[in-house]
Parts: sequence; structure tokens; C-alpha cells
Amino acid sequence: MSENTKQNYLNHPKGIMSWLLTLDHKRIGLMYLFSGILFFFLGGLLALVMRFELAAPGNDIISNEVYNNAYTLHGAIMIFLFIIPAIPGALGNILLPLMVGAKDVAFPRLNLASFYIYSFGALFAMYTIINGGVDTGWTFYTPYSTQSTSNVVPMTLGIFIIGFSSILTGLNFIATVHKMRIPGLTWYKLPLFVWALYGTSLVQITATPVLAITMVLLMLERFLGIGIFDPALGGDPVLYQHFFWFYSHPAVYIMILPAFGIISEIIPVHSRKKIWGYKFIAYSTLSIAFIGFLVWGHHMFTSGQSVFSQIVFSFITYFVGIPTGVKIFSWILTMYKGQVSFTPPMFYALAFLFLFTIGGLTGIFLGAVALDIHLHDTYFVVAHFHYVMQGGTIVAFLGGLHHWWPKSFGVMYNQTIANIAALGVFIGFNGTFFPQFLLGLRGMPRRYATYDEQFVELHSYSTFWSGILGISIFIAVMNLFWSFIKKNKVDPGSNPWGGMTLEWTHTSSPPHPHNFEEEPVLQHGPYDYDQVIVEKTYKK
Amino acid sequence: MGHHNPDSPTHLKHYFHDVNQQYETSKFAMWAFILTEVLTFAGLFVAYIVYRSWYPDMFVDAHKLLDVNKGLMNTIVLITSSLTMALAIWAIQKNNKKLSVVMLVATFIFALVFLGIKYLEYTHKFEVGQLPGEFYSYMGPDAAHLNNPHIFFSIYFIMTGLHGLHVAIGMGLIAWLIYSTQKGNLTSEYYTPMEMIGIFWHLVDLIWIYLFPLFYLIG
Repeated sequence: MSENTKQNYLNHPKGIMSWLLTLDHKRIGLMYLFSGILFFFLGGLLALVMRFELAAPGNDIISNEVYNNAYTLHGAIMIFLFIIPAIPGALGNILLPLMVGAKDVAFPRLNLASFYIYSFGALFAMYTIINGGVDTGWTFYTPYSTQSTSNVVPMTLGIFIIGFSSILTGLNFIATVHKMRIPGLTWYKLPLFVWALYGTSLVQITATPVLAITMVLLMLERFLGIGIFDPALGGDPVLYQHFFWFYSHPAVYIMILPAFGIISEIIPVHSRKKIWGYKFIAYSTLSIAFIGFLVWGHHMFTSGQSVFSQIVFSFITYFVGIPTGVKIFSWILTMYKGQVSFTPPMFYALAFLFLFTIGGLTGIFLGAVALDIHLHDTYFVVAHFHYVMQGGTIVAFLGGLHHWWPKSFGVMYNQTIANIAALGVFIGFNGTFFPQFLLGLRGMPRRYATYDEQFVELHSYSTFWSGILGISIFIAVMNLFWSFIKKNKVDPGSNPWGGMTLEWTHTSSPPHPHNFEEEPVLQHGPYDYDQVIVEKTYKK
Repeated sequence: MGHHNPDSPTHLKHYFHDVNQQYETSKFAMWAFILTEVLTFAGLFVAYIVYRSWYPDMFVDAHKLLDVNKGLMNTIVLITSSLTMALAIWAIQKNNKKLSVVMLVATFIFALVFLGIKYLEYTHKFEVGQLPGEFYSYMGPDAAHLNNPHIFFSIYFIMTGLHGLHVAIGMGLIAWLIYSTQKGNLTSEYYTPMEMIGIFWHLVDLIWIYLFPLFYLIG
């Protein structure tokens, strides 16, 4: 327990104001983490409500109107309040300055402002829920979104505001990566999580402004009837879709790139082996960020775009598969002949490899025009993006939480329970979403509260396993929090897994308020397991 | 923040090594911010391109309803304000506080003139009903044959309105610069805020340089 009695960022300075007004990136990261987890549970509850409604055909629990609100809020909360802000905001904030050896991000005050802008935007989202919800779907497609009497304006205003938080965090991280690295920490010596955050931030600052202006146009359309998206006034509702997806497809990569970064950290550390193809992984991050801007049209194959556009968008979409494949193969080759230990972070990383690969491959299906026209707006799409977003991003996020939990809090959780919960997440997830591929192939459309008798079996199967999934995630998170209770406290030491990046080798767990006692001097690369032996400070 | 070296200047934040790193970081982030601004307007430029290609004749005829002289005057006013902004930075580099403040005040006044002229243009359009979308009610003989002219005015008002908002924000920032320069907080040693706001101001100017021909000088 010697580490915990020392001065660290959690116990110094003290008092509620020292948290609310903190400029410390680690504390700001924790505030993002806890608000993110809160919204994750809220979004998850909405998902379970929907799944239980779908356990049997007919409106058993909720009406069609309530169901419309449930899926809209589920999507909007999970994407705009949890996944997009929480992973860069939480893990990114805590780790980025530590990984580059800096005392803080480039603009600490701006960083705190980002958090409060995010909270302010979240208030609008909460108002939307209390005031009766919004029923347009998270995509807010016109013309319905300009006519719906539900709370479109508060929700889009909330998203507009959260967008600024996203842009400012992105700016801050990019400036930090460029200018705050310690001497000697060159680009090719950066941990791959930093590369991932860098790619994410690039997309954040270039795509989010377009979302902001789209939301402004949508609100103006409702307030003033500007006619830009209204065919009755000579406008074009499909233009809205172009604007929306020009942001929201790159936003998919805002959501998945940090997850890639987490996996790139977990696998070499828990395999004790140098990462395979460092430069390939680093550059594949940048190419995904770039290609992501050129493929938005694949969300619109059925919107009446020309066959030529369809072919071009479809063709470019396939290119995304190349850098993504490069990453998957590099991670597998990293494990090859490594000393793989089945710790909870590694469990999640392995689950990620399976689930994300299924999500990615079914993305190739949907990128093919002919198949997409058949599968568009069916449960196949629902299953596909949940395999990417939950099976990919959230599983990686859980893995990252387990990986850096001992670093962030100086305590170790119960690994057996963590592993069982991880297994529950993996099985529950597949049980929930794999049947949805079949449902989609058989023609079950998305966004309906009821369905034909023929789908009962698969739907009830999906609902059953969604319960297991929900319980497993709950256990996983509670197990983490359980480690705070005094009698369970186990000191993991400064480097429980034997990591080689600066946050493991040069600072205590939890870290010093100014990150490092003195500026770290780089002794080896981030994954040089072939050259240096790093001892694990925690043995089970 | 504790860790201050007594020899280091007061404006140096403790998490930077030296003044140069701090300056370079600010400048880098400012250019990244400019990129986000460009992309914000880019969405609107795309809307402009789409509807101009849909209604080429309407755009040409509707643009005749705008006052080219006022637009031209505003262009000259804003370009001059960019010059005075640059001179303010040049003056502070030479440690000429007085000249710097004069130039900042001039920039502020030019910005005010710009918004004044814009106000006159807007009020005229409100009076005759050359307004966005559903609010469009202008029935003059020069517009009778136009196909969906309200779309032109929707885009005109949104783009010039967003630009005007940037001018107003710029004025607030320049007012703060006048105050801090006058107080002596900015010197030839440290004038980063002035340079950053200068970059922002040139962007505001640059966007107008695109807006002016696209709305006032087509056909």
C-alpha cells in the first residue's frame, strides 16, 4: 500500500472544487469516464427495454410511439454522449500526456472547457428525455425531422454543442502530440494508442464542423422554413443525408480508431512481444482516417443516387478493408510465439478480434450495392454496426478499462470475476446479435416495435441473450468499482503487466499530480520486448 | 502551479519547457482551428454550389437584387481592417504600444463599419421581403419570373449571417486585445494572443473575399 499513501493526483489537492475546477488531464479524464459510464448504462437500459418489447410479436410492453423514442434515444445517447466523447475524453485524456512524457495536454483550460461544453450539451439531451423524447432516429433524416412534433430541436442543439467539445478535444490532442513530446520521443517511438488518438483527433476536427453546420441548417429549417431541405420550397432532403453522412461516416472512425489503439497496446503487453508491423499499424490508422472521408455515399445506396455514384462509393468502401485487415493480421502476428497471458484485458482483446472481424466482414457485404439494396434498413445492418460499435469499440473500451484501471487508481480488481464477466460479454453479445444477421437476411426491417410470427424464434433468442449481455457488462463494471472498497484493495505496483510505455515505466500508480517526479528520459521504444526485460510488479 | 522557475517569464505556463514551445503550440493549434472554420463554411459552400447548379438562371437574376456598391464598400473596409490588424502586430513587435493600440482601435472601427453596412443591407431586405424560405414575400417586377428565389436568400442570409457572427466575435476579441495591450500585458516579448487573433481576423476577411463575388458578382 506504500504507493497509495504517497501524494498522487487522486488525493492531491483535496476538496470538491479542486475536482470541478481541475486543470489536470487525469482528473478531467475521470470526469469523462464516470459521465460516460452513466450514459452507457442509460443507453443500455433503453436497449434492454427494446429487446424485451421484441421478445414476442405485438405491443406487449410499450407502444409504437414509445418504441420510436427508445431507439432514437438509445442511438443518440450511445453515440453522441458515450462512445464519441467518452473514449478519447476518458482514456485519451488520462493517457495521452503520460504516454508522450508531458506534464499535461497543450491547453489544460481548454480541456476543462471541453468537459463542461460536453456536460452542457448533455443537459439538452436529458431535457429531451424528460420532455417526452424524440422519435426521428439518431440520423434525424429530413423531411420527417422537420415535421415531427417531438423534441428534435433540443436534441440536435445538444449534439451541436457536444460537437464543439469534440472539436476542442481534437485540437488539444493534436497540438499535444505535435508539440508536447519529450525530446527523443520521435513519431515512430510513439505508443500506437497515441497514433490512434491522433488519427481520431484529425477526423474530429475535420468532420465535426460539418455536423455542426448541418444541425444548424436543420434547426433553421424548423424555425424559419429556409427550404434548403424541403422539396416543397425547391430544396432537397437528400442533401441533408449527404451532409449528415459526410460527418457521420468519418464519425464511425472517431468511434473505432481509439479502440484499435487500445488493442495495439493490450496485445503486445500481454503477449510480451514486440508489436508486429508498427509502421503498418500507424499508417493504417491515418489511411482509415483519410479513406473514411470518401465513402459516405454507401449509406445512401437507396436514396436515388446515380448508378455511377453507387459504383464509386462502393469501390472506395472496399479500400477501408485493406488498412483494417493490415491491423487485424498485425495483432494476430504479434501474439504468434508470444507469452500470451489470459488476463482480463487480453480476454477483451481476443473477444475484440473475433467480434470486430465479423463486424468488418459484414461491412464488406453492405458495401456491395446489389446486396445492400436487399439488406438496407434490415436487422442485418443493425447486427453489423453493433458488431463494430459494441463488439469492437465497447469491448475494446472495457479491455482498456481493465488494462489501465490499476494505473489510474492504484488498485487491482478481482481477475477471476473479470474474466468470467468478459466471457459473459462475449457469449451474450454473439447470442444477441448473431441471430439479427439471420433476421435481416430473412427480411425483418429495423425500427419496428412488432413483427410477423415467423421471426419469433430468432427474436426471442436475441432477447434472452441480451439479458445475459446486460448482466455481464454490469458485473464487469461493478467488479471494477468493487476494487475501491478498502478491504479488497490490492496494490498492483507501478507496472502490473510489464508495459514498456512511459505511463508504466516512469510513474507510480496512481500517477503523481504532475505526472512524473521529473521529466522522463526515454530508454527504449514502446514495444521493445526483444531488447529489454521489464518486470511485472503484480503477480497473481 | 508551483513549479515556476523564478527566472522564467510570468506568461510561461508550467507545463511547457520554454517560451518558444509555448508559442509554437499556440500557433499550431490556431492553424488547426482555422481548418475547422474552413470546414464549417465548406458545408455552406457546398449548399451554394448544389443550388446554384440546380437554379443557375435564378441565381444570376436574384443576385441583381443585392446592392453591389454596399458589398464592394464592405470588401474594401474589411481588407483595410486586415491591413490595420497586421500593422498592430508589426507595431507591438517594435514595442510601439501606442501605435499598436491605434491600429487595433482602427481595426475595431472598420469591423463596426462593416456590420453597419451589413445592417443597412439586411434592413432593406427585411422591408421588401427578400427573405429566406417561407418568409420570402418580395413581388417586385424584377423577381416575378424567378424560380424559387427564396433559396438564394436562404443561402445568402445563412452564409453572410454566419460570417457576420464571426465579425462580431472578432470585435469582442479585438476589444480585449485593445484592453490588454493598453494595460501593457502584451509586449514585443509576448504578443501571442494578438498574433492568434490576427490569424482569425484574416480568415474572417478571406471568407468575405469569397462571399463577395459568389453573391454580388455572378452572371
